[in-house]
Amino acid sequence: MSIVFDKLRQRFPADVVSTHSDFGDDTVLVQRERIASILTFLRDDPELRFDFAMDLTGVDYLGEEHRFEVVYHLYSLEKKRRVRIKVRLHEDDPVIDTAVAVWPGIDWYEREAWDMYGIVFRGHPNLKRILMYEAFEGHPLRKDYPKAKRQPTIGPEE
Amino acid sequence: MAEPVDITANVGTPDLQAEPMLINIGPSHPATHATLRFKATLDGETILDLVPEFGYLHRGFEKESEAATWTQVIPYTDRLNYVSPLMNNVGYAMAVEKLCGIEITERCKYVRVIISELSRIIDHMVCIGTSMVDLGALTNFWYFWKPREEVYFLIEELCGQRLTTSYTRIGGAMADLPEGWTDRVLAVCRGVIPECIADVNALLTKNRIFIERTMGVGPISAKDAVALGFTGPCLRAAGVPLDLRKDEPYLVYDRFDFDVPIGEAGDTCDRYMVRMEEMRQSLRIIEQAIAKLPGGPINIDDPRFILPEKAQVYENIEALMNHFKFIMEGVKVPAGEVYSATEAANGELGFYIVSRGGGGPYKIKVRPPCFPLFQGIPHLVKGQMLADLIATLGSVNIIAGELDR
Repeated sequence: MSIVFDKLRQRFPADVVSTHSDFGDDTVLVQRERIASILTFLRDDPELRFDFAMDLTGVDYLGEEHRFEVVYHLYSLEKKRRVRIKVRLHEDDPVIDTAVAVWPGIDWYEREAWDMYGIVFRGHPNLKRILMYEAFEGHPLRKDYPKAKRQPTIGPEE
Repeated sequence: MAEPVDITANVGTPDLQAEPMLINIGPSHPATHATLRFKATLDGETILDLVPEFGYLHRGFEKESEAATWTQVIPYTDRLNYVSPLMNNVGYAMAVEKLCGIEITERCKYVRVIISELSRIIDHMVCIGTSMVDLGALTNFWYFWKPREEVYFLIEELCGQRLTTSYTRIGGAMADLPEGWTDRVLAVCRGVIPECIADVNALLTKNRIFIERTMGVGPISAKDAVALGFTGPCLRAAGVPLDLRKDEPYLVYDRFDFDVPIGEAGDTCDRYMVRMEEMRQSLRIIEQAIAKLPGGPINIDDPRFILPEKAQVYENIEALMNHFKFIMEGVKVPAGEVYSATEAANGELGFYIVSRGGGGPYKIKVRPPCFPLFQGIPHLVKGQMLADLIATLGSVNIIAGELDR
């Protein structure tokens, strides 16, 4: 059993939904309400020290009760350890607090998740599209966005 | 030596009459090397603010992958970092193999190390060569193009392609090494590459013009680099010795003797120095890997993942059916999710893969090393001169293919 699981269960007993270590990747599913405090704790706790936010992405589980999942991949330089934090979001309310204050480097990942999946990061300083252009309609990595759909290719409006 | 002018002294307070000027750089500009765009706010030549924009090369890698089989994704990975495609092939294959629980053969591990390190060398050569062109030192570019070409001959011989390699397969590789290939690799690694590195080293490393042009340009502290998620040579130049080949040894990197060079200031000069030394270390790894290269098969012995022999396909019905199912439906990968990271030339190349069982991925997310690096560019150049943006951008080595996917 990973130390990350123990520490998180101890500190946030109500927020940890489930944990697993399938394929050797430690994974924690948490509630979204206190995500900012959970991530800050993971970064600052002297036994954990997850100082790298390596990746953030969304996943669309179309048809499930909680359609969207936000997935954080963290890495600890000091402990040489990785952890995956996941949060489930409901289709009608795909909103989660931003983590830009925890890791400034996560800024663009959150913008990409907004661009591709329409997940809103509350409190993000600049939540704009990043790979697509502003006039693009819809969120292309959602499972109900057809792969072959075409939209007019126009540049940014300025 | 004259005191350098402190260009940061008046940052944020425009001179006399001047309103800040907004200037657009790119997306099609010779110094951006790829379709990148910056909106720069300038006070004279000093950068007050910089907004990077990209996405011009977005080809929907992740969306396309969701409609492909596991093996069909391999050619798409070539198009991520097109300067060192073999490393993307290796990274992707390792991620899928982790999901399948495949332990590849010893020979395949060594082969993957050799092709990864060859790719790292040519990637660094492109980075240093082209960034020197931006600074007006064209000679180095040609000095590095020759060995790069030699390596491309080797890659062409290995898989029939120069750029779009698609060499790895799930559970092995497209084919075993050609006859006598390792001897030719050694000949290039001993006879061609060290000489060219020495030439460029002689031209640049102690060249006062080069040093004064790059030292202190685009610096970053170790703390900021970590917070921004930098990895690879740009992070090591800032003094953080993170290298997945040492810290999370994958394949057989723990069996080789090599050093991880680090810098101090995290500036353009340090990034150059780190890359130069990494090329030498890669040569050391290739030497050792070829010396220890074991025999035996390159592919695992498992009909669930490896295509049957062509002769078998023509002769017996099981092999024919197996081949058909394999091509049409893809290999069967168990349901689950993995994140697998490798040390690519620019930093951590991660693949997050979700499978729900079946022949193709449910989701693939690439963590391209360039993404956080490009995000950090404003941090590197704010308060510096516009020309320093060009010097910094070249040394950070942004590859639009993996940035935009």
